[in-house]
Amino acid sequence: MTKRFLSIWFPFLLTDWKTIRRPEWKERAMVCTGASHGRMMVIAANKEANAQGIHNGMPLADARAIVHELEVFDEKPGRKEKLLEGLARWAIRYTPLSSTDPDGILLDITGCSHLWGGEEAYLKHITSRLQSSGYTIKAAIANTIGTSWALSRYGKGAEIVAPYQQHFALLPLSPAALRIPDEITEKLHKLGLNQIERFIQMPRSTLRRRFGENLLTKIAQAMGDESEAFIPITTILEFEERLACLEPIRTAKAIEIAIERLLDKLCLRLKKEGLGLRKAALKGYRIDGKTISTAIGTNRPSDDPIHLMKLFALNISGIAPGMGIELFTLSAEKTEKMERPQEKIWAGQAGLDSQPLAELLDRVAGKVGKNAIHRYLPRADYWPERAVKQAKDLSEDSGISFHNPLNRPIQLLPRPERIEVTAPIPDYPPMLFIYQGVRHSIKKADGPERLERAWWLEEGEHRDYYTVEDEKGNRYWLFRSGHYAAENSAWFIHGFFA
Amino acid sequence: MEQAAKKQVIEGLREQILSMQGYKTVSKSQQNTSGLELFAPAFPGHSFPLQGIHEFVSESREQTAASNGFISGILSTLMKDGSPCIWISASRKFFPPAAKRFSLNTASIIFIDLQNEKELLWVTEEALKCEGLAAVVSEIPDLNFATSRRFQLVIEKSKTTALFLRENPRILSNTTCLARWKISPLPSILPEGMPGVGQPSWKAELLKVRNGEGGTFKVYWSGSTFEQPQKENIRALPIHELQAG
Repeated sequence: MTKRFLSIWFPFLLTDWKTIRRPEWKERAMVCTGASHGRMMVIAANKEANAQGIHNGMPLADARAIVHELEVFDEKPGRKEKLLEGLARWAIRYTPLSSTDPDGILLDITGCSHLWGGEEAYLKHITSRLQSSGYTIKAAIANTIGTSWALSRYGKGAEIVAPYQQHFALLPLSPAALRIPDEITEKLHKLGLNQIERFIQMPRSTLRRRFGENLLTKIAQAMGDESEAFIPITTILEFEERLACLEPIRTAKAIEIAIERLLDKLCLRLKKEGLGLRKAALKGYRIDGKTISTAIGTNRPSDDPIHLMKLFALNISGIAPGMGIELFTLSAEKTEKMERPQEKIWAGQAGLDSQPLAELLDRVAGKVGKNAIHRYLPRADYWPERAVKQAKDLSEDSGISFHNPLNRPIQLLPRPERIEVTAPIPDYPPMLFIYQGVRHSIKKADGPERLERAWWLEEGEHRDYYTVEDEKGNRYWLFRSGHYAAENSAWFIHGFFA
Repeated sequence: MEQAAKKQVIEGLREQILSMQGYKTVSKSQQNTSGLELFAPAFPGHSFPLQGIHEFVSESREQTAASNGFISGILSTLMKDGSPCIWISASRKFFPPAAKRFSLNTASIIFIDLQNEKELLWVTEEALKCEGLAAVVSEIPDLNFATSRRFQLVIEKSKTTALFLRENPRILSNTTCLARWKISPLPSILPEGMPGVGQPSWKAELLKVRNGEGGTFKVYWSGSTFEQPQKENIRALPIHELQAG
């Protein structure tokens, strides 16, 4: 298939950007400056400044000498790259493959232009959109990256090179249009080779000897004899759906309908492949150039549009449509193979792997966060605080059971609390204890159960646990930390029995 | 003869009224309440109702612990078939290792810990909508009539069991609950002369039963089911289960 590329050049990117923000500077000479070797240099000049003889790389003092009333603003490092990336992202509404190059953007428009009624209308649409927002641009469509780049910089303006005609389009251009280093261009000019047609017929060996391999590569790439890598700013996922809106969308209901349509299409494709969705991201491209996005995740692969819609519905209120959204993309960032159970006439008794439960947990995770959901498994540890561990997912099983379950309290205090105790003799349960000002006299007791600390994890005293029951039948879990009557021994309550 | 027929008709009509009030009794084979028949006489139709809200009111931490144990006992009956349970709470102190005593598999309990009451109510409603759950346990201290009716409508569709734990409720207003329990601990039961602390025993008061009698039960957990204390029962208990530590 013939590849088609659109290259757009922004000759006055920085000054155009400033003019959009300060329209009163429109008709005046303006430069963007940056410090270099202790001097202020002109980095970018606008059309008016250019016309009066100011060019890039000139010291600011000289420029001021030429034009007295010069508007000056400072350059911010990285602004140009950021602007270009923003423009490349904006262009995603015209093609899914978009990238940046110095001073311009490059789009792979293969198979896209017919949606706008042919390349001519497509190019006109894009250029008029950019020009109406205030940018000066030159653009060209060609079969190769090299030719479209050359024509956008050195061509007449909006040009379309018919397929396989790039050879003729390139011939009258200057050698600089081949994207070669300045010193080679200079050398070519010095020899009078100031048009590509003058040297393109020369034997390859001669060109290589005089100008190096680079020139040959660039010529071959521009002509389409050699391939050139195109690196888009966003990678295209296998499962991605796009929905362009006839008119910008602003209401929650309309966003909901858009998501529903995208989900229907995406789920149908996933179903055919036998896959289920684990992670998905929705992006909305607003008409003011901003992108808004929201994401969902599921516990188990799902291809049910109704369930996925419920997850997105929780996020719709967070989407700010601004002036309106003109394009939605929904991409499946993570998919998994899905086992489709045979349909049952009666919904049977289900365990942890049931679909409704997984869907419920997805909704909860979407609303209050994943950290709120816990499932506990036994851990091989005597120490009460470390007796349980969190399960990573719904299917994990530790394979062991809880140690000594008979005398563990049903409610464990997050931190043991101090109590006052009367204990008659060492290693006997206490006679009474006072907890939160209430006196409990102990009628029945079990223990002690001595738990030693894991010395390789932490330091501290051992604990002697007692299960006690008071005169009313309330049951508690008490412990003495340290030996009886030792200096640092103390009594604590750690839990309540059922 | 005629009177018996009349009685039968009246019984039938009563059941019809109950079902119109959202009180569904599923046929015995479908409803797995073995182990809970102890409490059945207090409920209409002499069967322990599972589709609806059971409230457990507690006024102290000890009563909360007792309610936790009692709920664990009910859950162990409901979760026998391996179906999962959801436990929703804003300040949970439930300690999973203890559940083994109530032959409860904590691995199939999913705990959802939340920050505020709004989230708690939202998640509870969503969980009640879910089918295939053994039960939904929710620690909601305050529940008003409007909210409970909302839950009831959801339950009538999904046929789930809801166990609400209400610790220190500010007001005990009317709700759509099937039963309002109050579980308080009783001195544990031990065979004569045995040392230590025995099986957990409780006084289970049914403060309110919809269309039912109510009543008070003195029960203990035998290791696999609720039982009423009788002298012979205690003797029959294996000693090693009584003694721990």
